[in-house]
Amino acid sequence: MEKVSTICPYCGCGCGLYLHVENGLITGVSPSAHHPVNHGSLCVKGWNCHEFVQHPDRLKYPLVRKDGILQKSSWEDALDLIASRLSGTKEKYGPDAIGILSSAKCTNEENFVMMKFARAVIGTNNIDHCARL
Amino acid sequence: MAGLASAFGSGAMTNSISEIADARVIFVVGSNTTEQHPMIAMHMLEAVDRGATLIVADPRKTQIAAFAHTHLRQRSGTDVALLNGIMNVIIGEGLVDINFVRRRTENFDEFEKVVKRCTPEVAEKITGVPASDIQRVARIYATEKRSMLFYSMGITQHVTGVDNVRSCANLVMLTAHIGQPMTGLNPLRGQNNVQGACDMGALPDVYSGYQKVADARARKKFESAWRRKLPSAPGMTMIDMFDSALEGKLKAMYIVGENPVMSDPDTSHVIEAIRKLDFLVVQDIFMSETAELADVILPAVTFAEKDGTFTNTERRVQKVRRAVRPMYGAMPDWKIISELSKKMGYDMGYRAAHEIMEEAALLTPVYGGILHHRLDAFGLQWPCPDADHPGTPFMHRKKFAKGLGTFNPIEFTPPDETTDMAYPFILTTGRLYFRYHTATMCRRTATLEREEPECFVEINPKDAGRIGLRSGNFVKAVSRRGEIVVKALVTDRTPEGIVFIPFHFREAAVNLITSPAVDPVAKIPEFKVCAINLVPVIPKPGERPKNRYNRKEDLKILNELYEEPEVPS
Ligand code: SF4
Repeated sequence: MEKVSTICPYCGCGCGLYLHVENGLITGVSPSAHHPVNHGSLCVKGWNCHEFVQHPDRLKYPLVRKDGILQKSSWEDALDLIASRLSGTKEKYGPDAIGILSSAKCTNEENFVMMKFARAVIGTNNIDHCARL
Repeated sequence: MAGLASAFGSGAMTNSISEIADARVIFVVGSNTTEQHPMIAMHMLEAVDRGATLIVADPRKTQIAAFAHTHLRQRSGTDVALLNGIMNVIIGEGLVDINFVRRRTENFDEFEKVVKRCTPEVAEKITGVPASDIQRVARIYATEKRSMLFYSMGITQHVTGVDNVRSCANLVMLTAHIGQPMTGLNPLRGQNNVQGACDMGALPDVYSGYQKVADARARKKFESAWRRKLPSAPGMTMIDMFDSALEGKLKAMYIVGENPVMSDPDTSHVIEAIRKLDFLVVQDIFMSETAELADVILPAVTFAEKDGTFTNTERRVQKVRRAVRPMYGAMPDWKIISELSKKMGYDMGYRAAHEIMEEAALLTPVYGGILHHRLDAFGLQWPCPDADHPGTPFMHRKKFAKGLGTFNPIEFTPPDETTDMAYPFILTTGRLYFRYHTATMCRRTATLEREEPECFVEINPKDAGRIGLRSGNFVKAVSRRGEIVVKALVTDRTPEGIVFIPFHFREAAVNLITSPAVDPVAKIPEFKVCAINLVPVIPKPGERPKNRYNRKEDLKILNELYEEPEVPS
């Protein structure tokens, strides 16, 4: 079994924990003993924070709506479609007709990339996330 | 965190979690800490064990309130009056730290004029908290040196949310409980990386590190790094975006990892807005109510399948590490976005997450020394300006981020929606211990689903008696905007006249009835105050009001879309 040091994804406390990995699957969690926030404890959410990762409900491939129905698609096609639709909207109505919502569940790096995408690629400051809630 | 930024120039927890256990006074306003931030509550209770005084201000008898030495049960939406009352006593009894106020703050005189009018007796009339309690709390908080103040969504989710935060900032400056260990003003942020999303500039008016888009120098720096002309006018907040979509001006949206159909106030308004869009992309790990409306859905990965960093509520930037390879065909969000950018003619060229952080560090002064290889121990707390800086456990030591701290004179204004004969109850909404935001994640965690599977409304025994309601009965909650059916839970946790409904449940989405009013500055919806009526529901024989999460139904939809998952080896 391998133990991978990471951070609980459930609240702003940011407790340190280890994910137990066996044969490419996560089998359990244990707290970091000396972490300044959790000192070897976790709350019920932290102890179970791996359960949703391997859930069968996970989205598995891109879906594109065709004739009103969401259908399986390849990454290539889905990204091509998004690129052309966003570029089209930008040309026709200007960059400010596009809005981007980033996420307080994503990493810092991802939020940085999202804001760069909004500002440099789309050319709008219409970027926000749900922190207000 | 508009309120905090206007007072101190920076909106984050000023002090550290590890200081809590050594505090002498812990004053918690509008935070159900034991349920929302369990490990922070653990430190608070440790402090209590060591003899600290715990004061909680919350209309509900929350779990943390049960541990408090003094519990102030102010009426919902009257926090400003309560805090002004406390500050009135501090000024009146000469407990102000005059030295600190003179050297480090401005605008005290204007502020004093407003607070002078709010005597404890006036505050008692507005808040329902006895004047003697207000006096006692003022003395305890002001005379002890190591007093820490905490607040959370109970304070920010009001029309007066920004005022509430500024009032807290006033209190902290008045008593000089800032700039030293075991003091400070400490917002407890909900979702795990809210702090980081703000820090990284996922906001309409600032780049990373709160550098304003309107500031020409900051803009030029980003322009030359990114080799693109950048817009100078601040963009739209989330709520503005939905309004604009409704007007037909906003045409396309790209939503990552969020479910505004569930989390936003006034659900039907959001659905209508989204329907008006020409094009919607949703990128998430599970199907959500918002994704169901999308034109394209992209599968992203969870925290366990990617590298990166999260910033916790005490500004600690910590490393998340990839434990398993991406499940099924999903990709990390940063990779998806950079692939898309390439297709749109802009190559970001990132090969790994640490390269993104290197760029962020170059462009963001407070993150200047935050580099992945330095975070291996327990991360670093920003501000951390360069690669040798050890990080900052507590802020504003010698001066505030903006120079002088500003006192903001704040008058009490009543909540936006008031009760009347037709809607006699005040509804407040909130989180539960076993839940996380709109529950797309924890609904799929058996242990969490088992503990609190059903939505309910908490109601005081006296109110319940008046309308003939018992625990377990079904009741219809009706507001000026909509209605939902939930089970009643009769308890004195909730005071008379106020009812509480958690917001995590899809089948009884409380946001169908909440108020669309928002704070004019921070645009935080007023989730905490909304007038409703309660009508007991008598189910027909053999019929059961549908309020349990119907996972089968959900799975049916998904099974139509998917084959059996292959378990990755
Ligand atoms: S273990 Fe509990 S307290 Fe710690 S971060 Fe996770 S949810 Fe928050």
